[in-house]
Amino acid sequence: MNFFQIIDQLAAVDPDVLDRFDSRRAVFNSLGSVAKRTALAATPLFVGALFQKAYAGTKSTPAEVLNYALTLELLEADYYRLFLAAGTLPAGADTAAITQIKKHEDAHVALLTSAIRAAGGTPVTGSPTAGVRFKPSAFPATYAGQLQVAQVLEDAGVRAYKGRAAELVGTTLLTTALQIHSVEARHAAHIRRMRGQQPWVSNGDDLAAHPVYSSGVTATPSTTVTTAGGTFGIPAYTAPSPAENNIVQVGLPITTAFGTTAPNYPYSPANAAAAFDEYLQAAEVLDASRAGGLLA
Amino acid sequence: MSDNLQPLYTPIKRRSFFTYAGATALVLAGCSKDSDPTTSTPGTISLGAGDVGVLNYAYALEQLEAAFYAQVVKTPAADFLAGELAYFTQIAAHEAIHRDFLKAAITKEKVGSLLQDLTPIFTTINFSSRNSVLTAAKLFEDLGVAAYNGAGILLKSQAYLTVAGQIASVEARHAALVRDLLTPGSFAADDQIDANGLDKQMTPTDVIAAAQSFITQQLDASLVGK
Repeated sequence: MNFFQIIDQLAAVDPDVLDRFDSRRAVFNSLGSVAKRTALAATPLFVGALFQKAYAGTKSTPAEVLNYALTLELLEADYYRLFLAAGTLPAGADTAAITQIKKHEDAHVALLTSAIRAAGGTPVTGSPTAGVRFKPSAFPATYAGQLQVAQVLEDAGVRAYKGRAAELVGTTLLTTALQIHSVEARHAAHIRRMRGQQPWVSNGDDLAAHPVYSSGVTATPSTTVTTAGGTFGIPAYTAPSPAENNIVQVGLPITTAFGTTAPNYPYSPANAAAAFDEYLQAAEVLDASRAGGLLA
Repeated sequence: MSDNLQPLYTPIKRRSFFTYAGATALVLAGCSKDSDPTTSTPGTISLGAGDVGVLNYAYALEQLEAAFYAQVVKTPAADFLAGELAYFTQIAAHEAIHRDFLKAAITKEKVGSLLQDLTPIFTTINFSSRNSVLTAAKLFEDLGVAAYNGAGILLKSQAYLTVAGQIASVEARHAALVRDLLTPGSFAADDQIDANGLDKQMTPTDVIAAAQSFITQQLDASLVGK
């Protein structure tokens, strides 16, 4: 992707292109050096967010970013409510772990709800019977199946926070989002081990082929989400996010970029992929193949 | 990048700006506020300012973690339980990759600003003791998570913010595992996650203070992100 070429072409047909970016300084901040331009070329996320803000009618506000996060937290919290009520959890460590995780998701719901109000927005809501909640028909019958959905939800959450953190740059909400993001990763690591999987996303995972770990959606998603009677904007879907088995970061092929001489090099594709979790854009997370398909 | 760049581009006709963006980017790079790591006080190495400072800060922590796990794998504790060495072997590779990646990113970002190789001090860690190794690993991983969580807001570049997040969640996965190995079920215990369900976040100065006893060189993080 040649970012400057795209800008030049846009400027040729749209003299006001630069006025469409809501903050020229934001553009400069990220285009300060040749190295950063190179980095950007590998970051469709940033470019996509920039153009969505420039051209879409729905400029994402911090409240909209938080409503997106709140939607996912409500889904998770309701899922763990069903999980604890299902009666399948062995007493002891397993029940304690899921109880601890649900406590965090409930806290995230409360925190995000108040943060959205503080930002002047209207938080989405959910309850066991209305609003944002887990689709009852998608709830698995077996304990193994229930743990599997928990893993998918947590890993999707980790990818989802990464996918929109850049939109919160310059606000203290960014730090809060990052503090939630790492908690979701801790949850994911623990649930993965409850399932006999590696704590990190591994090429050898039994769910490696699940859409949460792959990339791209086929549908043409909307830039608004309507749920629980509320509507919030999300960035337009541009290019697919990297799959979790990606081994190229900021243009660097991780396996061989730093050396090829044994015994330290090259790094294995499995380690190169596991060392970096990937982001996922909102439209991808909310697709029916991922979290969107689990919403009632 | 900072406010003092404003006069650089305001006089340029906005419409034509991007025609010259390639050249301007070079000018801006030359005007970067990011300073080279320099000796601020005698015997102290500054991690630098701006985004390069943040990257050097992360690089310092990843150097420390990579060296630690390399030693864990080289001299594994005799009382490691089944599967634990395999975990540490993978974590050692992840941390070495993070270290090498950051080194390459800093070199690409600004030539001459790379933090030197650090000399770790692991004399307080008994590598033949599982408990000692896990206790140290927990300290390093939880500290790393708090460091990345606190550093995000210091980054100006959204590209680097995203990639820092990509590393941070892997550190959180390590932290959860190490905590569970040390105390089963403590992956996200109340001593680490607060009542709002938030993980810890720390400033670079506080993180370096916590890590300093494991590093020979005296590091100064006071300019990081500024």
